[in-house]
Amino acid sequence: MEIDPLIFRLSIFILAIFVGYYVVWSVTPSLHTPLMSVTNAISSVIIVGAIIAGLSGGSESVFNTSSIFGFLAIALAAINIFGGFLVTQRMLAMYKKKKKK
Amino acid sequence: MISANLSALFYLVSGVLFILALRGLSSPETSRQGNFFGIIGMIIAVTVTFLSIGNFSNGFIFVLIFILIGGSIGALIAYKIPMTAMPELVAGFHSLVGLAAVFVAISAFLNPEAFNLGFPGNIKLGSLIEMSIGAAVGAITFSGSIIAFLKLQGIMSGSPITFKGQHPLNAVILISIIILVYLLCSTQSPNLFWILLAASFLIGFLLIIPIGGADMPVVISMLNSYSGWAAAGIGFTLENTALIITGALVGSSGAILSYIMCKGMNRSFFNVILGGFGATDDTLGKKTKEQRPVKSGNADDAAFLMKNASSVIIVPGYGMAVAQAQHALREMVDTLKKNDINVSYAIHPVAGRMPGHMNVLLAEANVPYDEVFELDEINNDFANADVAFVIGANDVTNPVAKTDPQSPIYGMPVLDVEKCKSVLFVKRSLSPGYAGIDNDLFYRENTLMLFADAKKMTEDITKNLD
Repeated sequence: MEIDPLIFRLSIFILAIFVGYYVVWSVTPSLHTPLMSVTNAISSVIIVGAIIAGLSGGSESVFNTSSIFGFLAIALAAINIFGGFLVTQRMLAMYKKKKKK
Repeated sequence: MISANLSALFYLVSGVLFILALRGLSSPETSRQGNFFGIIGMIIAVTVTFLSIGNFSNGFIFVLIFILIGGSIGALIAYKIPMTAMPELVAGFHSLVGLAAVFVAISAFLNPEAFNLGFPGNIKLGSLIEMSIGAAVGAITFSGSIIAFLKLQGIMSGSPITFKGQHPLNAVILISIIILVYLLCSTQSPNLFWILLAASFLIGFLLIIPIGGADMPVVISMLNSYSGWAAAGIGFTLENTALIITGALVGSSGAILSYIMCKGMNRSFFNVILGGFGATDDTLGKKTKEQRPVKSGNADDAAFLMKNASSVIIVPGYGMAVAQAQHALREMVDTLKKNDINVSYAIHPVAGRMPGHMNVLLAEANVPYDEVFELDEINNDFANADVAFVIGANDVTNPVAKTDPQSPIYGMPVLDVEKCKSVLFVKRSLSPGYAGIDNDLFYRENTLMLFADAKKMTEDITKNLD
C-alpha cells in the first residue's frame, strides 16, 4: 500500500519543529530582536503561494477575483521580505566587539 | 518549466538555508552570514516558483511590479525606522504575514484549480482543512498584531482593556471557529468561509486588547509563533516543503521566545494571555503608598559617586528607550572608562518591549556586545560592584520579588541591584512601575534617586564627570 504524501509532509513538519526548537535555543539572547525580524522575513516565503495565486488567471484574464488577492499577497509578502532582511542586516551590522587597545 | 520533483528539491534547499539563517544567530560573528543564507534561500524559493509555473503569461510582469512595489516600501521602512521603534515594526510585519496568509487562502478557495486542489465547491477535504486552519490562524495573527502595533505605537492606550464576560465571550468565539471549520469542510459553503475569517479577525482583536503594554514581549513572540503556524498551514495546502519547514521553524521560535519571556516574569503563559495584569489599580497603589523617606540627589552627587567607584553596572530598561538615552549613556560610560572605571551592562530578559530590545539599542549606541550581560551571567557581580546605575528599569530591580510572597511579582527573577554599595536610580517620579507596585529599592539606605529625564540626567552627569 502506498503512503499518503501528506504523511511525508507531516514528517517534515514535525522534524522541522524539533530542528527549530534546538536551533532557537542556541540563539544568544542578545540577538533575540534580530531573530524575530529574520523569522518574519523567512515566513514571508509564503510569497510562493501568492505568486501561484497571482498567475492563476492565465493569459486571458490576468486580473480576476482570485488573482487580485494573489497580487495583494505578493505585495504584502514583498514588504516583509525586503523589510525583514534589510532591517535584520542593519541591526546585525551594529553588533561590534570591544576594540582592542 | 521544471519538474515537480526538481522544484521540490529546490524548496528543500531553501528550507535548509533558512535553518542555517537561524543557526547563524547563535553568535554575532556568524549572524551576518546567517542572514545572507536566508536571503539566498528566499531567492531560490521565488525563482523556483517562477520556473515551475513556466507559463510566462502577461501576469508575470504584474508579479514583478507588485514585488517591486512591496519591496521598495519594505526597503524604505527598513532604512528609515529608528531602532527604538523596532517592537512596533516587528508587530507590523507580523500583521502582514498574517494578512498575506489570509489572501493566499482566499485565492486558493476561490480558484482551487490553479493550485491543483480540486474545484470550487469540491475542494479536496485535506486541502480544505489545511486551508481553513491557515486562514483562521493568519487572520488571528493579522488583527492581533494590529492591536499590538497600535498599543506599542501609543495610538491605543497600553493599559489593558477588560470588560465583563470577556473570557466567556472569547471561549464562545473560539469554539464557534472550530465548529465553523468542521461545517465548512462538510458543506464547502463559501459563506461559511467568510464567516470563519470574520470570526478569526474578531478573536485576534479580542485576545490582545486585555493585555497590557509591558506584557508586549510575550504578545509579540506569541504572534511571531502564530505567523509561523499560519505559514505552515498554507504550506500544507500548497504542498510546499519550504513553506512547511519555515512555518515550523518560525512557529517554534516564537513559542520558545514566549516561554523565555514568561519565565522572565515568573508568570504562566495563560496568566499573560488572559490579560488584565498591571491594570492601573489605583486602590492598590494608594494603600501601599505610605510616606517613606527617599534620598534624592543631582547630577553632581551622581558624578561624585561614580568617579570614586572602581566598578559600575548599568541597568537599562524601557524608560531608556522612551527617553532615547542610549547614546548619552554610552558617552557617559566612555568618560567613566577614561577614568579607569570598569563598566558593564546588565539586561533583564523582559527589559523593554520585545525580546532583546535593550541589546539592539545598546548596539546602536556602539556599546560592544561583550560588555553586555544577561541576568544569570551578571547577577552575582552586583555584590562586588560599587555603583549600580538604573536607567529606565523599575520592576525588574524590585527586591520585593524576593522577599514578599504577597506581592504580585513575587518569584520573578530580579537583578540584585540592592547588593551594590550604592544605587543610582534615574526616574521621573516615585510613581510605581508597570506592575502597579511600589519599588522597595527607592527607600533603601544605599539608594540615591535622580529625579529627571533619563537622557538629560545622563548628559548632566557626563558634564560633571569632567
